[in-house]
Amino acid sequence: MSAGDTKYTSNGLPLSCLDRLESESIHIFREAVAEFRNPVMLYSGGKDSSVMLKLAIKAFAPGKPPFPVLHIDTGWKFRETIHFRDEIAARLGIDLIVHTNSAGAAEGIGPASHGARVHTDIMKTEALKQALDKFGFDAALGGARRDEDATRSKERVYSFRGKAHRWDPRSQRPEPWNFCNACLAPGESVRVFPLSDWTELDIWLYIHRERIPVVPLYFAALRPVVRRDGALIVLDDDRLPLEPGEKPEEILTRFRTLGCWPLTGAVESAAISVPDIVRELLECRLSERAGRAIDRDRTGSMEYRKRDGYF
Amino acid sequence: MTVRAPSDGLDELLAGLQGKDLLRFVICGSVDDGKSTLLGRLLCESRTVCADHLVVAETDSRRYGTQGDDLDPALLVDSLLSEREQGITIDLAWRIFESERRRFVVADAPGHEQYTRNMATGASTADLAVILVDASKGIVPQTRLHSYIASLMGVRQVVLAVNKMDIVDFSQPIFDAVAEGFSAFARKIGVSKVVAVPLSALTGDNVFGIRSDAMPWYDGPTLLEALDAAEPGCRKAVGSFRLPVQSAVRPSPEFRGISGTIVSGSVECGMAVSVHPSGYRSAVERIIAPSGSVRSAVAGQAITLVLTDDIDVGRGDIVASPDCEPAVADQFAANLIWLDDSPMLPERTYAVRFATASSTARVTDLVHRVDMDTLQPLFAKKLELNQIGYCKIALDHKVAFDPYSENRRTGAFVLIDRYSNATAGAGMIEFPLRRAANTVWRPMAIDKAARAADKGQRPCVVWLTGLSGAGKSTIADRLEQKLHAFGSHTYLLDGDNLRHGLNRDLGFTDADRVENVRRVAEVAKLMADAGLIVIVSLISPFRAERRMARDLMEDGEFVEVFVDTPIGVCEERDPKGLYRKARAGELANFTGIDSPYEAPEDPEVVLKGAEKDPNTLAELLHAHLRSSFG
Repeated sequence: MSAGDTKYTSNGLPLSCLDRLESESIHIFREAVAEFRNPVMLYSGGKDSSVMLKLAIKAFAPGKPPFPVLHIDTGWKFRETIHFRDEIAARLGIDLIVHTNSAGAAEGIGPASHGARVHTDIMKTEALKQALDKFGFDAALGGARRDEDATRSKERVYSFRGKAHRWDPRSQRPEPWNFCNACLAPGESVRVFPLSDWTELDIWLYIHRERIPVVPLYFAALRPVVRRDGALIVLDDDRLPLEPGEKPEEILTRFRTLGCWPLTGAVESAAISVPDIVRELLECRLSERAGRAIDRDRTGSMEYRKRDGYF
Repeated sequence: MTVRAPSDGLDELLAGLQGKDLLRFVICGSVDDGKSTLLGRLLCESRTVCADHLVVAETDSRRYGTQGDDLDPALLVDSLLSEREQGITIDLAWRIFESERRRFVVADAPGHEQYTRNMATGASTADLAVILVDASKGIVPQTRLHSYIASLMGVRQVVLAVNKMDIVDFSQPIFDAVAEGFSAFARKIGVSKVVAVPLSALTGDNVFGIRSDAMPWYDGPTLLEALDAAEPGCRKAVGSFRLPVQSAVRPSPEFRGISGTIVSGSVECGMAVSVHPSGYRSAVERIIAPSGSVRSAVAGQAITLVLTDDIDVGRGDIVASPDCEPAVADQFAANLIWLDDSPMLPERTYAVRFATASSTARVTDLVHRVDMDTLQPLFAKKLELNQIGYCKIALDHKVAFDPYSENRRTGAFVLIDRYSNATAGAGMIEFPLRRAANTVWRPMAIDKAARAADKGQRPCVVWLTGLSGAGKSTIADRLEQKLHAFGSHTYLLDGDNLRHGLNRDLGFTDADRVENVRRVAEVAKLMADAGLIVIVSLISPFRAERRMARDLMEDGEFVEVFVDTPIGVCEERDPKGLYRKARAGELANFTGIDSPYEAPEDPEVVLKGAEKDPNTLAELLHAHLRSSFG
């Protein structure tokens, strides 16, 4: 073996960006499993989760991923997302844990009655903390990407959380050479982000290349929609009271991101396949999280939520 | 991004997108060089900034911006609230943008001196550094420092972005002077490839798409062209095969694999490999890449290897090509960048982490630190946050590694503080030290067990720690008398007494205290080896060193005794008049006054020095020892 002729793969091409991202993510999955006592993978049923699952399976082939998968169900997820989640879990034989903040649910917390902030704090952030504490998970693998938001661009691969899961931007650990520090004191934990360097476009290119199934909500269909504060809200059931003058219309829409349905705006689109989506992304200049009401709440809202322990 | 979806040819488009390669670079500059503006422009012009982020930036510009009512591109990249309020960039951020050719992942390192650690972190994975200079100011000390750090971290390609050319009337002589001055300096620090580009981040001249009309005298590349022409990941892909093992995998009795990412070179089925530190040899039977079983794999790929032999391989080992093996040693020389608020003290024990191996490590010798203004070596006894030093490091067991100049992954390590768990230092190995290999531990015929049996006792080390005046020496003295009366063979190592001889050359700085404790611990270990019951009376203020002492002894042999006397009581007693001197400012670094005492968290024995007289306390301690050691 001599230097110079070794930087190309066997098919004669340099390692592509997507191949490098794939391997870097697999590396992170393996590190987390080697270094943490009790890791878990967070799973929402969305496109990033679907890619995470694929990478997890590849990382531990021919074995199975040696960790359970956790879904925080706020009670307001799209029905199709829940159906898809259960179908995938059954087909792949995944150890799926579903957790809902039952105290919040008993109080009837929801986006329609309590607003986006309260709902997200209690049914998502608080619920996640409950589940991590209940099962004693010391590492939670999640699909956050640095391209999603300016605050996330400063995230580490191992995002350190102190007691009560708090994120302190000034106490994050440097990661030279991507050597991540997995030393924890009791009560501390990390969030691990294998998709840190991926973009939304990479996610779709990878879904295309690997033929990864995704929730049909990502593809255009006629859906019942109300227009509210400039967003297109698809009515998933009858729990959202209509405001005076609002009338549902059937519009050809799809989703770029899937959160709680009253808080997730759809986009008008005719994209019915993954290549259509890729083409649309190249032409579209609205960022992916633009459909999420919670992010625009106030300047810096993502930073405030992260400090409180949000993903 | 200028790529637009054509109405047909979607497969070619997808193939083009999937086939882009990836270049990582770090961008650095001083506070007012316009780094955020340049980065904001790269993101805008590559269409990486989306419309809704622009709207937010425009709103924020009016509130926090420095450009009146106009968009301040810096706000696209200065994201944390605390940064906006202070108008500075406080942490390392990662930006992603694309040209038609490739993906760029940019480490955005702040220019403040106190954030050297972020710059080093950003440079550690970079293929290239963009170093920003304000044309109107020229090369400043920070330019040299950033270039030096980039070079130290192994970055060999530099683009010198001479910004704000609009302010100096796009003057060629000014640009030439800056470029020449920098090239001369770059050669000195080992940066071989420098491309200087005159540009204006504010106007966009020579940045992305716009070739400047204002600088017809310049015929070199624009910034983007220079980035497109750079060599991506070249230092990783070439070289000898190295796979730091992440884990041995055995999902079923039939399958035994080794998982890891190839950090250099390539591997193919049938190839002979060796495993280090063990030196076992085998050959590759099968390679599982992310795409499935393959004939060969290259640097950057995360794979699982199946070997032809069932040899012992585990996390932390390095699989290598046998014609070029890594070094195996427990000592080496290294450059060290300190990242933690708590300074590096020689002889303190840290956790160390290599690509996948881990161990504990001590800096045995801080040879020098680097003066950040002159880049000249200086004498130093410790390394503070953001300081860089050259040192010798000893591990508690042998590890496989390469010199950093040959391999940036297998030649790197981080040090972790064992108490705060902070990532405290980033190190680059220069070469292995063979001292240990030349001095072999020689087992003697008469051993510790024989010597202990002869004395009819179990050796131990009773380590009394506490403030000055807590009563340690008095209790130790009484304890020794009691043991002696029972016929035990003892020796008392008293901190003050040892400073008359063995430790006469040491003062009371943190660094000297660490060395003081190390020497006493080593002597105690020898005396325990001689079969003695050793009593140590030493302030020993730091947890890390007491733990080091504990780790030196055999399990159960070390008895940590905390003589817990409140400082008020100690000060009132003041048997040597030292508190009075310290309060008067005549005595520096006095424990409890202007030097910290870290109380033990889990000592074997706590003696309340203010509540009982020394004789009773010695009696309690004696009783504990008799019940533990017979």
